[in-house]
Amino acid sequence: MNKRVLMKGNEVIAEAAVRAGCRHYFGYPITPQTEIMHYMARRMVEAGGVMVQAESEVAAINMVYGASAAGARVLTTSSSPGISLKQEGFSYIAGAELPAVVVNIVRGGPGLGGILPAQGDYFQATKGGGHGDYRNIVLAPASVQELYELTVEAFNLADRYRMLTMILGDGTLGQMMEPVAFREEEPIDSSDKPWAVTGFKAAEREHNTIQSIYIEADDLEALNNRLQDKYQIIRQQEVRSEQVNCENADVIVAAFGTCSRICRNVIRDAAALGIHVGLVRPITLWPFPDAAVVSAADQSSVQAVLTVELNAGQMVEDVRLAVNGLKPVYFHGRTGGNMPTQKEILDKIRSIVGR
Amino acid sequence: MEMTVLIAGFGGQGVLSAGKFVATAALMEGREVSWLPSYGPEMRGGTANCSIILSDQSIGSPILNQTDVLIALNNPSLDKFSPMVKSGGLIIVDESLVKSVPNRQDVRLIAIPASDMASEAGNMTFATVILLGAFSACTSSIQRETFEKALLESLPERHHHLIPQEMDLFDQGAAYAGQS
Amino acid sequence: MMEEKVFTRTPGLTDKPFHYCPGCTHGIIHRLIAETMCEMGILETSIGVSPVGCTYNNYEYFACDMVQAAHGRAPAVATGIKRVHPNHTVFTYQGDGDLAAIGTAEIVHAAARGEKISTFFVNNAIYGMTSGQMAPTTLIGQVTTTSPFGRSADAQGYPINVSEMLATLQGAVYIERVSVTGVKQIRQAKKAIRKAFYVQQAGLGFSMVEILSTCPTNWGQDPVSALQWVDEAMMKQYPLGVFRGSEIEVKPEWK
Repeated sequence: MNKRVLMKGNEVIAEAAVRAGCRHYFGYPITPQTEIMHYMARRMVEAGGVMVQAESEVAAINMVYGASAAGARVLTTSSSPGISLKQEGFSYIAGAELPAVVVNIVRGGPGLGGILPAQGDYFQATKGGGHGDYRNIVLAPASVQELYELTVEAFNLADRYRMLTMILGDGTLGQMMEPVAFREEEPIDSSDKPWAVTGFKAAEREHNTIQSIYIEADDLEALNNRLQDKYQIIRQQEVRSEQVNCENADVIVAAFGTCSRICRNVIRDAAALGIHVGLVRPITLWPFPDAAVVSAADQSSVQAVLTVELNAGQMVEDVRLAVNGLKPVYFHGRTGGNMPTQKEILDKIRSIVGR
Repeated sequence: MEMTVLIAGFGGQGVLSAGKFVATAALMEGREVSWLPSYGPEMRGGTANCSIILSDQSIGSPILNQTDVLIALNNPSLDKFSPMVKSGGLIIVDESLVKSVPNRQDVRLIAIPASDMASEAGNMTFATVILLGAFSACTSSIQRETFEKALLESLPERHHHLIPQEMDLFDQGAAYAGQS
Repeated sequence: MMEEKVFTRTPGLTDKPFHYCPGCTHGIIHRLIAETMCEMGILETSIGVSPVGCTYNNYEYFACDMVQAAHGRAPAVATGIKRVHPNHTVFTYQGDGDLAAIGTAEIVHAAARGEKISTFFVNNAIYGMTSGQMAPTTLIGQVTTTSPFGRSADAQGYPINVSEMLATLQGAVYIERVSVTGVKQIRQAKKAIRKAFYVQQAGLGFSMVEILSTCPTNWGQDPVSALQWVDEAMMKQYPLGVFRGSEIEVKPEWK
C-alpha cells in the first residue's frame, strides 16, 4: 500500500477507474458528481485515454455501448436524473451482454429534485429501470477507500460476467474527502474478449456482431435463459455484506452507504443506554445479501429489524423478503437531502425495544 | 479522542480550503479524518461550510449533528451553527465581519479581527489561517509544523512563497487565543 | 467459346438473402457500400453500426464486424467504437426516422465534433418498418398513415433537409446527397461512398452521404413509379449535390 492521501470521493472514483485500466470515459455534467469528469479531462490525457463530453446522458451511454462493443474498459458517471436518461442504454447493454461500469452519485428526486444526497434510486438500480428481464450488479460503498476498491472491482465484475456493474453512491460520498491508500498494482482480470468488434482477419475468425435484437421467440428466450443462468451464478458467488456487532443484538439495523455510517454511530449511542444494536450493511445491493440479513435477524436475542435509508422505504422491501416474517421489520428514512440524525434513529430503536 | 470542527462563511473566503488544511495536517499526524463540504449551485457569495472530524479511531458518520468547534466567518453562519456547538465547546469568530455574538455562557468564545488583519497583510484569504492559528492554540489538535507541511502539500507551488507570511499570521492568531 | 464471369457476389456481403421489399433500394445501397469496402481493401478493418428501422439487421448482411444500435443512437455508438479503434473505418447506416427524428441530437453532435466516422443516411421520406408513418423528411402533401390527409405545413411542419443543415457545421467536412434511381446515379452514389471513406481515412472529419431511396410498399406504388417519384417529387425538396467538401479531391495515396 502507498501512503494515505486525502482525496474527494468523486476524484477517487476517476483515479480508481484509470488504475483499473479504463481509458475511455463518456459523460455529461451533473451535480454532485461532475468532479469525476473534471478529473478525467486531465487524467485521460496523461494516461493516453479518451474523455468525451457527450451532448446528453443518452449519447454518453450509447458511446459506452460502442466502446464496450469495441473491447474497451469503459466508464460513465452521472447522478439521478441523468441515470434515468441512461436507462435505455442499460437495457441494450444487458441484452447485448456488454461489460460497462456506471457510477450513480445519487441526489434527491423525483423529477429534477435537489442536488443533496439521497438513496432514492435503490429501486431503479436494483430492480431494473430499463425495459426487459435484466439485472445489473450494484455495489454500495460507504467510504472513500471503499469507493476506490469497489470501483476497481466493478471493472473486474463487469468483464467477468459481461454485464453492467453500477456503483451506487450518494452526494455525501462523492463530495467528502477521506484518506485513501492506493495499491501499487491493481488486481485486474485481463480476460480476452473474442466477441468484441475489433476488425477481423478472415483467416482467424468470422465477422463479429453485437446486438440485443432477436426477432424469433425461441432465440430471444434463449438469450433470456442465458442471462438468468448468469444471474443465478452471481447470486451464488458475488454477494457481499458486512456485519457489525450483530452477535446477541437486541435490534438489527440494516443500512447501506452513507446511511450505514450514521448507524455505526448509533451502535455506540445505544450501547450507552444498554441497548445492543447490530448493523448489517449490504455491499452488493444486487445480488442482495439475504443470508446475512437472515443470520443476523434469526437470533433469539433479536427483537426486530430496523432499516434506515435516505428515501421513503425501498431497500426495506428486500429486507422484509429476506426476513420473511421471522421478526418485525421497521423503517426509518429521510428524503430531500435531509439525513436522519443519530438521535432520530436511536429514538426509533428505543420505541421498538420499549426502553 | 474525537474532535469535530465546523468552518462556515461566504463562498470565496477560503472556508473549504481551511478545512482541507486542518484535515491534511491531522492526517499527517497519523489520525483518521473526514472532510465534508456543503455544496450547492456554483456561485460566488453564497454560503459555504465544511465539517471536519479528527479522530484516533475509524470515523463513523461524517455528518455533524453537533460540533466541538465552530469557526464562523460571518454573522449568518454564526447564527445558524452556534446552537450546534456542544456545551464546553469552542467558537472562534472573525470579529471584522461578525457584529453580534450568541449569548452562550457554556462555550468558550474567541473573537479575532481576522479579515482586517488579513487585509493589512495584503490577502483576504489569509483570514482563515489566522483563525486556524487560534484553533490550534486552543485545542492543540494540530501542531504548528504539521500545519506548515499541510500548506506546502495543499497549496499549488505558485503560492508556496506565501507560506512564511501565512505562518506568521498563524502565530498571530495563536497569540490572540492566548490573550483572550 | 469460353464463358466469362461478368458479375459476382461481393465478398463484402454475406450469403444471407436480403429481406427487403421488391423495388426497395436498400439492397443496391448495401451492395455499393460492401463493394467499396472490398475495393478499398478495408473490409477487415471496418466496423459498421446498424440502426433501428427496416435495416435493423443489416449486421447479418455486411461481412465486416457490426454493432446494432438503439433507435437514433448509431452516431454515439460509432463515436465509442471509433475512439477505441481510431485507425479502423467506422460507419453508420441510418434511415430518416432514425437519423432525422429520434437521433437528431446524436447526428448533429457527432458531425459538430468532427467525429471521424462516415454516415450513410437513407432518406425515403417515410417510416418503413413501422408501416408508413410520417417522417421528418415526408414531403408537404404526402399521404402517410399518420398524415392520412397529406402532410400539412400548418399542422405538421416542414421537411428537414438534413444535408443542408449538417453542412453548416464546421466538423462536417464532406456532405453529399445522391440517389440510386438509374445507372448514372448509382455510379455517382458509389463515388460518394468511396469519397466518404477516404475523408475518414485521411482524418479530415465527419462525412455523410445522403441517399434518396424508395419505399414502394408504404408509398403505395409499384417499383418503377417509385423510382420516378424520387426523381420528380423528392428531388424538388432534396436536390442532389455536394453541400460540403466539393474541394476535397480523393487522392490515390490515401488508399
